[in-house]
Amino acid sequence: MKWLMVAIIVGSTVLADLLQSFEMKRHVVAAEDLRPGRLAGMLRGLAQRGPLVVAVFFMAISFFAFMKLLSVADLSFAVPVTAASVALETVLARLVLRENVTAWRWAGALCVACGVALLAM
Amino acid sequence: MQVSPGTRRVDLKTKLLTAFVVSTNVLGNFAMSWGLKHQAVDLGLSPLAYIRLIFTPWVLLGTSLLILWLLSRMTLLGWADLSYVLPMTSIAYVFSAVLGKVFFGEQVTWQRWLGTAFIVIGIVFVGRTAANTTKQEPAR
Repeated sequence: MKWLMVAIIVGSTVLADLLQSFEMKRHVVAAEDLRPGRLAGMLRGLAQRGPLVVAVFFMAISFFAFMKLLSVADLSFAVPVTAASVALETVLARLVLRENVTAWRWAGALCVACGVALLAM
Repeated sequence: MQVSPGTRRVDLKTKLLTAFVVSTNVLGNFAMSWGLKHQAVDLGLSPLAYIRLIFTPWVLLGTSLLILWLLSRMTLLGWADLSYVLPMTSIAYVFSAVLGKVFFGEQVTWQRWLGTAFIVIGIVFVGRTAANTTKQEPAR
């Protein structure tokens, strides 16, 4: 049950992050839109974007699977182990989102992935 | 989307938003975990049990913080690359491990401290790169 939840969390998180990054880059939220008076309008705008709605659906799956995982495992296991997605998402950011992943960034992502694996031990 | 390698610097608003994303994530996970550890609820596959649990005080606080985390992270993903945001916000895993030790008495072994060091080194590496390497369209 524990590892099934981890797989569901990682898979849905990867899909949600790719969709969010893709869509948020297409129409960037300006810093001014984060002011309290303009927040409602900004949220309405976000709710009308199809890829974001699908991303939130995947995040909801990830959220409930995470709740289940927290009820059967330690916090210090549950949080790090779900970060297995870091390495996978960095590769997909290069291939799908066409981000410029420099050597420093690959090295950083690799260090983080190793660190997360060690934390999960 | 065209690549324009590493010319844009990480500005203050991106740094502040990154800090906000990390804080809401750490505190949200902590509150959720605290609420779940102090509830004698058997979570099966019934959605009702999850919904009932969401409205308990600590889980509700955790859920609210995680909604804030979701929205702020979404905004951050518009300002910075996914391959930048992921490692930079990974410091949240370190804080979660520390909170797990301090408040829940969870065991933090030498492997976990080594893992923490790796994550910090990774963040330093990624911190040397530009936050955004793809061209953006103006906000609507």
